[in-house]
Amino acid sequence: MSASLTLVVLMAVMYGTGVYVMLEKSLTRILIGFLLVGNATNLLIFMMSGRSGSSPLVGADGVAAEDMVDPLPQVLMLTAIVINFGITAFILALIYRSWWLSNLGDEGDDVLADEDDQDALEQDEAEIFHASLDDDDLAVRHVLEEGAESDDDDDDDPDRPPTTEEPSEQERDVMR
Amino acid sequence: MMNALVPLLVIVPLVGAAITLILGRYPRLQIAISVSALTLVTVCAAVLLAVVDQTSEPIVVKVGGWEPPFGIVLVVDRLSAIMVVVSALMLLGVLIFAVGQGIADRDRDTPVSIFHPTYLILAAGLFDAFIAGDLFNMYVGFEMLLAASYVLLTLGGTGSRIRAGTTYVVVSLVSSLLFLGAIALIYGATGTVTMALLSDRIRELPLDVQVILCAALLIGFAVKAAVFPLSFWLPDSYPTAPAPVTAVFAGLLTKVGVYAIIRTDKLLFFDVPLLIPLLIVGGLTMLIGILGALAQADVKRLLSFTLVSHIGYMIFGVAIGTELATGATIYYIVHHIMVQTALFLVVGLIERVGHSTSITKLGGLLKASPFVAILFFIGALNLGGIPPFSGFLGKIGLFEAGAAAPGPLVYVMIGAGAVTSLLTLYALMRVWNMAFWRPAKDVEGYQSRLLTSLQESPDAVVGTATGVRAAKGTVLGSSKLMVAATTGLVALTLCLTVFAGPLFDLAQRAAGNVATPENYVDSVFPDGVPGSNGTDSGSPGGNP
Repeated sequence: MSASLTLVVLMAVMYGTGVYVMLEKSLTRILIGFLLVGNATNLLIFMMSGRSGSSPLVGADGVAAEDMVDPLPQVLMLTAIVINFGITAFILALIYRSWWLSNLGDEGDDVLADEDDQDALEQDEAEIFHASLDDDDLAVRHVLEEGAESDDDDDDDPDRPPTTEEPSEQERDVMR
Repeated sequence: MMNALVPLLVIVPLVGAAITLILGRYPRLQIAISVSALTLVTVCAAVLLAVVDQTSEPIVVKVGGWEPPFGIVLVVDRLSAIMVVVSALMLLGVLIFAVGQGIADRDRDTPVSIFHPTYLILAAGLFDAFIAGDLFNMYVGFEMLLAASYVLLTLGGTGSRIRAGTTYVVVSLVSSLLFLGAIALIYGATGTVTMALLSDRIRELPLDVQVILCAALLIGFAVKAAVFPLSFWLPDSYPTAPAPVTAVFAGLLTKVGVYAIIRTDKLLFFDVPLLIPLLIVGGLTMLIGILGALAQADVKRLLSFTLVSHIGYMIFGVAIGTELATGATIYYIVHHIMVQTALFLVVGLIERVGHSTSITKLGGLLKASPFVAILFFIGALNLGGIPPFSGFLGKIGLFEAGAAAPGPLVYVMIGAGAVTSLLTLYALMRVWNMAFWRPAKDVEGYQSRLLTSLQESPDAVVGTATGVRAAKGTVLGSSKLMVAATTGLVALTLCLTVFAGPLFDLAQRAAGNVATPENYVDSVFPDGVPGSNGTDSGSPGGNP
């Protein structure tokens, strides 16, 4: 079996850096590490197809089966890429959520509860979606501004973002 | 006709997931669809088990009509069928519990519209992993169930669940990548991923290459099964999830790893000498797991540690590797899936009744709710391995198999197993004494040496399905449905005892299947295994 040396070196470098970055505490770095290691694994699968050849098309003129490249690793890679893509999307959502929680503390929990508010259920779904997006944007901007103004006390912030003020604690108790 | 049932095991939950996702705004319809989908799968699986057991020939389905090794094959032999039946039953029971919990929490936070689709995808991935006839399809099954489990574990997105979820997600990702890398290496060495063909080709490889490939696969699976040096993620991530989710994870997800280890060991790498390393790892899993459990005050964390510890018994059974031992392992897996799921559901009830899961805060539950107490008592004795129950029978089976294949290390392991069993009983009986037996008025300022130096759970919150903390004064009741589902599962564990004879025979027959890979290979390739003389896709043979 033959494999390109470039690919082997590239894979080794990607595995090495990927694992190194994954060992960090920050979720974003873990994601970057995961992407590197995931793609290094894809390269590993790719290398297992052996020597290069012409495209493995059945019925292509004048190409003998021996000259074709092995198609199966490509299929496996493609599946692995799709799976990695889905997982990446999930991790991004997780990062966003944990960033959100670390900035808002426990109040972050309440923001979610507000999203499926009783009256909101009667509205159009797209409307809710856009409304919650706008709310998020506002709150994020708020948090960012706060962070820029004072770096000391961004954890226990007395001013809540505008969205969270809507139903106060007492109101929510009444609703229950 | 029977062949048509096999793909249904995966298709039905997937279609159900799609429909429930569309019907996100009609919770009642969602419930109806997911319950009926799982019921259908349970029936299909039971029929398949009956057929496979009768003919003793594995059912092989060539998906899309492609002949193996080019196409994907689904193979249902006795072991797969048993696993599918048991897991389908558990999924159904837990789903009913979850529905009951949704009804009990009748507030605006529930039901979560994403729960049902995700749950069904988890089911589909699980069944796919059990019936996969090639390694890559097994990987896809694993990924399906893992992706669904990420969502279920972080349901509601509260701080504690995101924290727990992060650990779980990162560990699972690494284990999946290891699995994928192992598949790549195996493909490089043999030029196929179809298990039946692998079984034939791997034995032609030099032994050192076999050992490397086997280790690569086993490490990936061991992370999923929570085998000792790779088990530390489990007690940190499972307990924070909603009760039904924890129950499913505890019962089923680790057992998929054990199932995969059995397949790897028996079908693919039967030449690799695994006895010593697996025995050591299994023994350490048992002892360290149960010592962890002894230090826990939180019942959920305690049960998570016993879960890790009892995986050790299964690894012990796999390690011995005789037909008798494999049969006992299969029986033990079935027992453990049921008992662990049932116990976690009982804890779900306890936290509803006692508003806590810590044994330092619980008390007087026997008076408050005698029925829950009975359910817990049966489950606890069963897990601890007290004679009439299936936990005892499973352990006796394993020890007997061990004694039949003697060796000094095996006897040490039997001793470790007995100690673990007793310590499990001690841990669970302490829960019984504190939470159920102790009067509620004694809880304040209670002094006992049993309770010194216990570790409390870092973020103990009585969970609702969304994880949003209930406002103070809101009493979280438990609905009749929750109790009924739990009772059903506990009754099933009792059936394991009552019908232990026939079930043990079934497990032995399954082990007979598993122990002879020729049976499996012949049913996938009835006309003989395709030779390595260029009839395959021109893939590279030889060593990497």
